[in-house]
Amino acid sequence: MKVKVEVFLKPGVLDVQGKAIEAALGGLGFKDVADVRVGRVISFDSAAADKAAAEAEARRMADRLLANQVIESYRVEVQ
Amino acid sequence: MKSAVVVFPGSNCDRDCAAAIERSTGSKAEMVWHAESELPPGLDLIVLPGGFSYGDYLRCGAMAALSPVMGAVKQAADRGVAVLGICNGFQILCEAGMLPGALLRNAGLKYVCKAVALDLVNGQTRFTSGYGEQREAVMTVGNGEGNFFADEETLDRLEGEGRVVFRYRDNPNGSARGIAAIVNGPGNVLGIMPHPDRAYEPDLGSADGALLFQSVAAAAA
Repeated sequence: MKVKVEVFLKPGVLDVQGKAIEAALGGLGFKDVADVRVGRVISFDSAAADKAAAEAEARRMADRLLANQVIESYRVEVQ
Repeated sequence: MKSAVVVFPGSNCDRDCAAAIERSTGSKAEMVWHAESELPPGLDLIVLPGGFSYGDYLRCGAMAALSPVMGAVKQAADRGVAVLGICNGFQILCEAGMLPGALLRNAGLKYVCKAVALDLVNGQTRFTSGYGEQREAVMTVGNGEGNFFADEETLDRLEGEGRVVFRYRDNPNGSARGIAAIVNGPGNVLGIMPHPDRAYEPDLGSADGALLFQSVAAAAA
């Protein structure tokens, strides 16, 4: 199974990279863009027994390492 | 004073810290590699130095916080040994859960490297008792992720409990409430973004950092 963990800064935490990209997009003429956020995706292969087990394990990874929950939230996707 | 400086792969202020300790207090620091699971016995001070541990992979300090040595650092902190995290060391302490909050990308997006004026907010800690009547200090910052963040409740608690130790006079990186240094509840773990290890004699532009190491040494005597 392919597991993807998406990590973003929490709403309310200033995303300065997102702001800079938003300003640059505006400069390129993309005027309908708002609330640009920059995150990261961590993807890996999982040999867990089933999708639920893979997701639970990915959540444990995110809680312990992949995300810093003081500032970030995450989303797990298993395919 | 018996002290140790932890060396992570990517630390680049470890020798500055050792020099600062020696020049400020007259005692030599022991260098401890991050893969060690034990620290030398009888330490009074453990320093987590600045730099780019593990290349800042994932998040600044995230990998270093999981190093074998950090288990021993936590145990020593629980026993009351002074732990000083400077710059990347501050980030590591936050990532390890030994201090609250986190260090975000600087508000101006740029790496900031310059001397800054600090207000000493709490001169009663183990790290600052030596400042006496002096209520300001000059040290240099050198960081790209020095923007201290914590939720409002945590910030109120830190201020209420006197745990904000230094504040920037002119906030260089967007830190919440201008916070440059905080201490843990028991007062033996300090995280500081500016570098006392780059301010230990007048030829470096400031000797104000020496007082921090001397404070710890005096408390240990």
